[in-house]
Amino acid sequence: MRSIRIVEPGPLATVQDRGRYGYRSWGVPLSGAMDLQALRVGNLLVGNSEDAAAIEITLAGFRAEFLCDAHFALTGALGGGRLNGVPIKSWQAHRAGKGDIVSVDNPPPYPAAERGARGYGRAIGERPEDFDPPPLLREDFFPGGAGIRIYLAVSGGIETPPVMGSRSTYLRGGFGGHEGRALRAKDELALGASPGSSKTFPAPAELVPNYSHAPTLRVIPGPQDDRVSEEGKTLFFSRVYEITNRVDRMGLSLSGPVLDLPSGADIISDGTCPGAVQVHGNGQPTILGADSQTTGGYVKIACVISADLPLVGQLMPGDRVRFSKIDLWEARGIYLQNEYRIKTLLR
Amino acid sequence: MDLNCRCGRRAANVFISRLEAEPMEAPPKILLCGDTGISVEFGDAINPEINARVRNLFSTLKAERPPGILDLNPTYRSLFIQYDPAVCSFERLSQIIEEHTGKGPETGTEAAVVKEVPVRYGGEHGPDLEEVASFHGLSAGEVVRLHSAPLYRVYMIGFTPGFAYLGGLDERLHTPRKGEPRKIVPAGSVGIADRQTGIYPIDSPGGWQLIGMTPLKLFDPDREMPFLLEAGDFVRFTAITGDDFEKYSHR
Repeated sequence: MRSIRIVEPGPLATVQDRGRYGYRSWGVPLSGAMDLQALRVGNLLVGNSEDAAAIEITLAGFRAEFLCDAHFALTGALGGGRLNGVPIKSWQAHRAGKGDIVSVDNPPPYPAAERGARGYGRAIGERPEDFDPPPLLREDFFPGGAGIRIYLAVSGGIETPPVMGSRSTYLRGGFGGHEGRALRAKDELALGASPGSSKTFPAPAELVPNYSHAPTLRVIPGPQDDRVSEEGKTLFFSRVYEITNRVDRMGLSLSGPVLDLPSGADIISDGTCPGAVQVHGNGQPTILGADSQTTGGYVKIACVISADLPLVGQLMPGDRVRFSKIDLWEARGIYLQNEYRIKTLLR
Repeated sequence: MDLNCRCGRRAANVFISRLEAEPMEAPPKILLCGDTGISVEFGDAINPEINARVRNLFSTLKAERPPGILDLNPTYRSLFIQYDPAVCSFERLSQIIEEHTGKGPETGTEAAVVKEVPVRYGGEHGPDLEEVASFHGLSAGEVVRLHSAPLYRVYMIGFTPGFAYLGGLDERLHTPRKGEPRKIVPAGSVGIADRQTGIYPIDSPGGWQLIGMTPLKLFDPDREMPFLLEAGDFVRFTAITGDDFEKYSHR
């Protein structure tokens, strides 16, 4: 049996595919990769179908051992990838032999003085709160580059037993992926039969999203934008919103200019989707993620277009976003162009 | 039909009066949810008529499976549709929706599927039953009778997989949530919170007043039909004894 073994999962690693369709009417979230572009292209680079499952890695510290020969690719946030300790390029297929170790590593350690300033190696006698682990800072991530998620696609695809038609992990529900949970050290994941034809060229630049610490997210207004005052809408479409510490697969909370809701934030609960931007009673927006609940009782001012969801899936605390209005027809053109490129450039 | 001849005019009058007699329901609003989703909104209230229209469109689309529709989610007063613009355009989707709604009474009668949910009320299975009873000045038996009498409508399923939003709780049983929520409410617990009644499909924290428990497993991801309830179903709670609880148990 072809397989790969987790040595170190890092902060959060889960098995994800394109998502769980067909069960939303029963309250089952879509789940799936937060950065679908990275997942799909990674799969195509190693010769898998786009729908194959891969490992969604968060931040750095991931390590896995190949228990068989395989092709693999690391897509998503750029940098940090290594094979047996040697840095390798992202968004490109590589060959691994049995026993090889693929890792997503921390950037080189900072000089001692800076470490001290950030909370490492405090002197005894300092206040107790100084011993708390320092918050993850932007410099802890891939030097210069934006993004917090990396996808490990392996030839054959990760073959955990499908649950309700998908291999995506839904953590809150405790099902899907590998035993319905985050991956742990020593987990062994079966791989499908090798498809045999990985790409020898790196993914064309047009297929790599423009990850950024300050992206502009294109959104279509609605479905409840009429519940936001005109001033609120002007603010929403012109000002910068900062990503707070509340970032996970369910969504991202933002902080910025308060959006006025003259009739309040509550609506009769209706259907939601990843990318929807809810506005809560405090006038602050939240962008819903892959594991967000299927129904919601809050005003939705706009929804991020599918082409920009990969950017959302890579945002980290401290990043700053702007929202820009786009209409359905322009959004559709962008969507179709990307679909066409995926079909033709990775044939 | 020739309207100019006398019998034609008579036929026309009958035709016109038939049109007036049949209620014309307003077409739903189609709202964009990004570039791959839409919300088909039938109204802005929680009532059986609006919910029935949602359910009808949901059943029709689920049965017909037009290409490009990836998922459907019927909620209180709107149907959410996830679609692939590369397969089905927004314009085509709007046309499909128009074909099935807004032109007179909806075709397709609502097949009332009634699902019985056996409940062991009170005791260790319903630790708050006595409290709810005394809150309303009723006996525990009366609470059980009032709770198990109505035919509840499943308005939608959301919040967590398998959690059914039931409509129809008797006003006399409207009870505020517990002051201090429990850390764990076991799966299968039947509870009341304000005007709602429902069943917890999985263990979770919660502040509902727990009046009973069902041995049925409402949600099992490994079962061929993972969910026992779906939107549009009707639920009737039936009181069972402790021995029956073991017999019914699917766990």
